[in-house]
Amino acid sequence: MSTPATQFNEDARRVAPDLRHRGIIQTAMGKYEVVRDQRKLWFQDWQGARNLAARTKFEAVNHLDQHLDQFARLLESRGTKVHWASNAQQGRDIILGILREKGAKVIVKSKAMTSEEIHLNNAMEHAGYEVVESDLGEFIVQLRQEPPYHLVFPAMHLTRGEIRQTFQEKLNDAPSDEPEDLTMVARRVMRQKYLQADVGITGANFCIAETGMISITENEGNARLTAALPKTMITLVGIEKVLPRLEDLALFLPMLAVMGTGQALTCYNTMYGGPRQPGEADGPEEYHVVLLDNHRTALLADAEQRDALGCIRCGACLNVCPIFRNVGGHTYGTVYGGPIGSVITPHLRGLTQWKHLSEASSLCGACTETCPVKIDLHHHLLQNRRNASQQKPSWWQKLVFKIFAPIANQPGLWSLTTKFGRFGMKLRGLVNGTVLDPAHSWTKTRDLPPMAKQSFKEWWKEQK
Amino acid sequence: MSERENIFTRIREALSVEAHAHHGAGLPSTSDHRRVMPPVGLTMDERFALFAKNASDLRATFKLVKDAVELTAELRALRDTEKWQRVATHKSPLAQTHAIGLGLPTLVTDAGYDKHELEQCDVGISECDALVAQTGTIVVTSQTGGGRALSCLPPHHVVIARREQLVADLPAAFAFIRQKHDANYPSMISFITGPSRTGDIERILVLGAHGPKKLTILCL
Repeated sequence: MSTPATQFNEDARRVAPDLRHRGIIQTAMGKYEVVRDQRKLWFQDWQGARNLAARTKFEAVNHLDQHLDQFARLLESRGTKVHWASNAQQGRDIILGILREKGAKVIVKSKAMTSEEIHLNNAMEHAGYEVVESDLGEFIVQLRQEPPYHLVFPAMHLTRGEIRQTFQEKLNDAPSDEPEDLTMVARRVMRQKYLQADVGITGANFCIAETGMISITENEGNARLTAALPKTMITLVGIEKVLPRLEDLALFLPMLAVMGTGQALTCYNTMYGGPRQPGEADGPEEYHVVLLDNHRTALLADAEQRDALGCIRCGACLNVCPIFRNVGGHTYGTVYGGPIGSVITPHLRGLTQWKHLSEASSLCGACTETCPVKIDLHHHLLQNRRNASQQKPSWWQKLVFKIFAPIANQPGLWSLTTKFGRFGMKLRGLVNGTVLDPAHSWTKTRDLPPMAKQSFKEWWKEQK
Repeated sequence: MSERENIFTRIREALSVEAHAHHGAGLPSTSDHRRVMPPVGLTMDERFALFAKNASDLRATFKLVKDAVELTAELRALRDTEKWQRVATHKSPLAQTHAIGLGLPTLVTDAGYDKHELEQCDVGISECDALVAQTGTIVVTSQTGGGRALSCLPPHHVVIARREQLVADLPAAFAFIRQKHDANYPSMISFITGPSRTGDIERILVLGAHGPKKLTILCL
């Protein structure tokens, strides 16, 4: 039977040696790295900015109850209906309830990872609604019935040729494989959907406690239109997204852009504080904000890893992760991929099923070093390993360490073992490359370096 | 118990265990932001130069115009080269007068409008709350910029601004918004930084993904 762990291993084995996949990712990441680094230098003190951001998020999350209460009350005072969802099922039910009440038919969505998390599209489509993702990358993967590949670049793994083919098959409209032409196809299709849609659903990047506003960061203008044209607007957002003050955005908006895409600011950063207000020209008649827990409070309860709730979903840790770059976004089998996904998924979906993600790391620490809010990602992976082995120790690991510990503790026994090892290396030549080789799983894709002719200790004795 | 109470109970239980503040405790003052953020020039001239450079990097058009006459001339030139048929604008001293001066059918959004009609307009002409030198951003709100869609639905967004609207940086922009709207915030405040764009196909830049393909800022 396929478990998340076996599926991960199978997919990783397939994707890692795929040179075409590797080429696409290297090209995309190469472009990103150049602009990201230029933008970091644009700041007077990037490390200082990370410190301020980390402290702000730490305070926000550690006073979550106060901020969340203030945020919800202010929204309500200006005519927004605030809903509370403890889990995915409740989140789906609340939104389906609103759609039913409004007699909705067509729904446009702008990018929301929370909606992937609760499998909202599936639920809405099953209930008979037409759902259209409006972000270009999301639109492409929706047409292909694939999950997003990356937090920020959902269609990063596809070439223009593949996208043209998808448009040809699904929309019967693909004039060329020029990105410009393909984008205009999506623009034309989406324009019609915007005009038809009864309900617009968005996510949010930040919730401003002090003013009762959400903030959405985007480049295309699709979220702007989703929030402008349909009569009903719904925002689905995790409870941890709070920032205390409006002015905090002055720091977080450019930091998110720099790490997310290498821009100074993305094209549109928009704050929404309610439905259309008296005297305003347009905007939704009704505004609903659905606040989602879905195990976030379990992560909050883990004081050691609480800082992971400060994540701003910029995707920077995915981009620098050697594992992500080798196995690709889909291999994780999770909504949130890369290092941050490997840290939080066991909290959101259960440690036993998802502990293998903690092993999907070389512990190089590149993720921790790049994180704009200084989440201690690679140590959290180690903590998850520890927690997993405490929860359910593996018998073979226990056995291996029972044998290893006494050998390593006795110098005589150790030197005898290394002598045996050197002898064994000679014999290994006979079985090299076959399944009889004890190092077979290593040597399938790598060379096994030969052991030195003598140990350091032996060499040292000789020198005397 | 309501779901709201359930969630708050879990939050308070979780927070009863204290976490270690690895990067220092206490909410930093927002006045610290300026110390780390990208530099902006000291004089107004430097800041206008910075705004102009940012706008051009973003592929927006930015022009300082002497007076209303020059502004009218710029708009007419745009009308003729782009063959505008219909324009949209909002009740405002600058934008509305100049939009009407173009002599084309004009949609005024303030009292509500048909979205299909706005979609047919070739240009949305609006005012703004502020220009931000640091990033080349314009700040538009639903109260002061003709609603949510005027600056986003038509393929060309023309902003008519005044020189004194230029602020140095993002902290100043937020401070300004607070000062201007604190009593009654608009339901939408948008920081617009260049024309709509996407890089979703092979990370190649394409302008006009869903919002305007062109952004022109005319500053009196």
